[in-house]
Amino acid sequence: MPVESLFSRLEPLLPKVQKPIQYVGGELNSTVKDWDEATVRWALMYPDAYEVGLPNQGVQILYEILNELPETMAERTYAVWPDLEALMRSEGVPQFTVDAHRPVRAFDVLGVSFSTELGYTNLLTALDLAGIPLEAVDRTDEDPIVLAGGHAAFNPEPIAAFLDAAVLGDGEQIAIAISEVVREWKAEGRPGGRDELLMRLASTGGVYVPKFYDVEYHPDGRIKRVVPNRSGVPSRVFKHTVMDLDEWPYPKKPLVPLAETVHERFSVEIFRGCTRGCRFCQAGMITRPVRERSITTIGDMVDAGLKESGFSEVGLLSLSSADHSEIGEIAKGLADRYEGTQTGLSLPSTRVDAFNIDLANEFSRNGRRSGLTFAPEGGSERMRKVINKMVTEEDLIRTVTTAYSQGWRQVKLYFMCGLPTEEDIDVLAIADLAKKVIKAGREATGSRDIRCTVSIGGFVPKPHTPFQWAAQCDHETVDRRLRELRDALRGDKEYGRAIGYRYHDGKPSIVEGLLSRGDRRVASVIRAVWEDGGRFDGWSEHFSYERWMTAAERALSGELVDVEWYTTREREEHEVLPWDHLDAGLDREWLWQDWQDAVNDVEVEDCRWTPCYDCGGCPTMGTEIQIGPTGKKLLPLTVV
Amino acid sequence: MVQRLRVRYAKRGRLRFTSHRDISRAVERAVRRAEIPVAFSAGFSPHPKISYAGAAPTGVASEAEYLEIGVSRPCDPDQVRADLDASLPPGLDVLDIVEARSGSLADKLECSVWELRLPGADPVAAEQAVKEFEAADRVEVERLTKKGMRQFDARQAVRSVAVSVRADTTAGQEPGQPCVILRMVVRHETPAVRPDDVLMGLRLVAGFAPPSSPEVTRLAQGPLDATTGEPADPFDAERSGGDL
Ligand code: B12
Ligand code: SF4
Repeated sequence: MPVESLFSRLEPLLPKVQKPIQYVGGELNSTVKDWDEATVRWALMYPDAYEVGLPNQGVQILYEILNELPETMAERTYAVWPDLEALMRSEGVPQFTVDAHRPVRAFDVLGVSFSTELGYTNLLTALDLAGIPLEAVDRTDEDPIVLAGGHAAFNPEPIAAFLDAAVLGDGEQIAIAISEVVREWKAEGRPGGRDELLMRLASTGGVYVPKFYDVEYHPDGRIKRVVPNRSGVPSRVFKHTVMDLDEWPYPKKPLVPLAETVHERFSVEIFRGCTRGCRFCQAGMITRPVRERSITTIGDMVDAGLKESGFSEVGLLSLSSADHSEIGEIAKGLADRYEGTQTGLSLPSTRVDAFNIDLANEFSRNGRRSGLTFAPEGGSERMRKVINKMVTEEDLIRTVTTAYSQGWRQVKLYFMCGLPTEEDIDVLAIADLAKKVIKAGREATGSRDIRCTVSIGGFVPKPHTPFQWAAQCDHETVDRRLRELRDALRGDKEYGRAIGYRYHDGKPSIVEGLLSRGDRRVASVIRAVWEDGGRFDGWSEHFSYERWMTAAERALSGELVDVEWYTTREREEHEVLPWDHLDAGLDREWLWQDWQDAVNDVEVEDCRWTPCYDCGGCPTMGTEIQIGPTGKKLLPLTVV
Repeated sequence: MVQRLRVRYAKRGRLRFTSHRDISRAVERAVRRAEIPVAFSAGFSPHPKISYAGAAPTGVASEAEYLEIGVSRPCDPDQVRADLDASLPPGLDVLDIVEARSGSLADKLECSVWELRLPGADPVAAEQAVKEFEAADRVEVERLTKKGMRQFDARQAVRSVAVSVRADTTAGQEPGQPCVILRMVVRHETPAVRPDDVLMGLRLVAGFAPPSSPEVTRLAQGPLDATTGEPADPFDAERSGGDL
């Protein structure tokens, strides 16, 4: 039976809300299939505002891949702002997809992409507006399977109660596989209802179904073990790794929004994974090994994507784009190809070396020179050894000076505060570094018209990283260090005015810490916050630390654990961590060794260029490093 | 720049929720997709030479929006019309393109015809309110602008208002119900008098308040023809050979 469009009921509400265009769909390259044409129907959600969610590549890729399957359709849904939420509640309009404005509850799968934990409360809003019971155990055969993916799904335990299933790692192949399992089950007449479907998914070993696992606790509140509660359910669930990105050249038809979004460009992932081994970086740990897309595929994707979209900017995306084995060729090839066409190129730079400036020069050839960004992350040399960000002070100053002398006027430096073993002097070292940068820059250019901005936020220890055992720094200490750093920068007569300072205060990091390393007991906190009106926690104007702390106190009052226990407590080696049964490929002993090395200021190399140091990733997952160079060049295209 | 193309386009259906900025991004992308050789401004950050005249507000549909594209190679207007329309999302529809041969487009857009559908409103009360509005010399209304609350006259700019009743097609309403429709010709003045300002005027002079928010469409724009009291086609000069 076809499902009716909700648009005629939504439309009268739209004149009353901010930026109504974000709710109407109709983007270029969006797909609307007949309801009855498909047997497996996915609603894909990015649990944040449309303007943040639309550019996300993960959702765009899955949307395109699923819609290419003959019997499958996918539509998209995003978090609605509180103004529309209130109207939808009063008028009884449920959570809808933006493509055909169908009710989310009518779909078979609600796939939610969590790049960060800050979308958890928005998940609850969407479920509630959709009319889907918040807790998985209350759902019936009329409800979709609520499936989480994305980086935060590597520890889905805090939202396990609200999920039917979660997937770790790359989504391309597993989404297709899940679609096939659902299709078969529906074709057989849905034997055994949703439990059987979940069982079929769980037994593959590639889909985590939280309710098939019981968590047992020690009397002191620590986890004793996590075990399957029925036979046929594997005791460990593994992540997915797509090999050979050239075979998966998505998105082919990028979505072009009408509404303004955070990234107005065509992005191409130039590789996945990163083995620089920065110890704070969850993304780098869970996406191993490095898999490059070849220069020729990148060139073809850029060409097709620009034609399909009409975007005037290309973003070369990855975790550390300057590390592509042929990035120089790619940059030059693209800059040559689009010379004179008003096409801008951008790459998020993090690497601190002169090569990066050559690249930046190449990239800005056809466009504007805005500013350069480097991420030394740690202020002192010692701190950078702890986090394994191998940059010396000389490197940094030399690089930035080169940038200034080549005409860049503005340089941004990213740092973190509250790193393991950090002391006040490590943070104050940032001020010295910034001053040295300006001093050297002035000497090199003979000009006072150069600036640098120090940007700093609180560090949050993440699952599946060597810092998963670390104590998170309390927010009082973080805020005090941030204030002292500010005073040290501002108070400087000679350089203070050339240095900008941006910081995120420490309190939100504590909430992120709770959600990152939380276990199933944290679900009641999330629910309490949401019931108390918590929404859009990634937005400072909506986020309330007090609301989180009050809710946590209430929700955890009957437990042996509290917010400090989850955040500022250091874990010992053999404590069972909530995500230990979820396998990102990393060898636990290697992680622990790396944690010990961190505390002892010992660095590790990048396994792309030095021998393998057995992190566990490749053998566990049956994967290998895939990098160039291919030696190929980009052919110039004839442009009008 | 060797040629200027004047474009009349519509903003229809759900695309009426686009803002002016949304439209300019969509047009710039469509121009690139259609490979129209748009000219760029010189300077540090070159901009495509596309200019917009008096865009209808967000939420208001239109059958008569105008823009002008400067191109760096001579183009066949009919070809551009087809290519641009195919490259724009459905709902932003190109209606007409001419090569500019006469004075400024913006200067020609002297007035607009607006249609306001008022589902659930009382036709008799509407007639009465319009009579009282037209009888008044000035009707002071206020609106929140970027500079705060502003008071201005909504009467002088209004050339005519006609009331009719037709079957309803408005979103969210029972189809086929009789619906009050106001059709008004309003001169473009500073400060601009918008359809909702006129509605507020009707409320102030006669207490007329429709039960739900109106659905507004701009039907036409052009130079005000003094004899008919209606806008003429702003492309008239181009079509008759021009005054170049
Ligand atoms: C572009 C970008 C942004 C943009 C746009 C956000 C967006 N909507 O994508 C902006 C600038 C807004 C942004 C903001 C933030 N970002 Co950001 N961002 C990125 C970046 C560079 C690319 C994202 C992307 O498109 N990746 C490519 C796609 C293909 O990967 P993917 O989304 O993970 O999807 C794949 C799988 O995860 C999986 N999958 C994903 N969803 C689902 C769902 C289902 C059902 C299934 C089955 C599978 C699945 O399948 C996909 C295909 O394989 C990444 C770095 C990176 N290279 O990934 C950081 C990154 C995701 N961001 C990060 C962070 C921390 C943030 C912020 C929290 C920063 C801040 N403090 O404000 C905010 C949060 C924004 C928000 N509320 O969502 C971190 C996440 C940390 C982590 N835990 O790994 C990353 C990894 C950067 C890093 N190196 O640390 N970000
Ligand atoms: S370079 Fe470091 S911070 Fe960046 S993705 Fe790789 S490991 Fe993470």
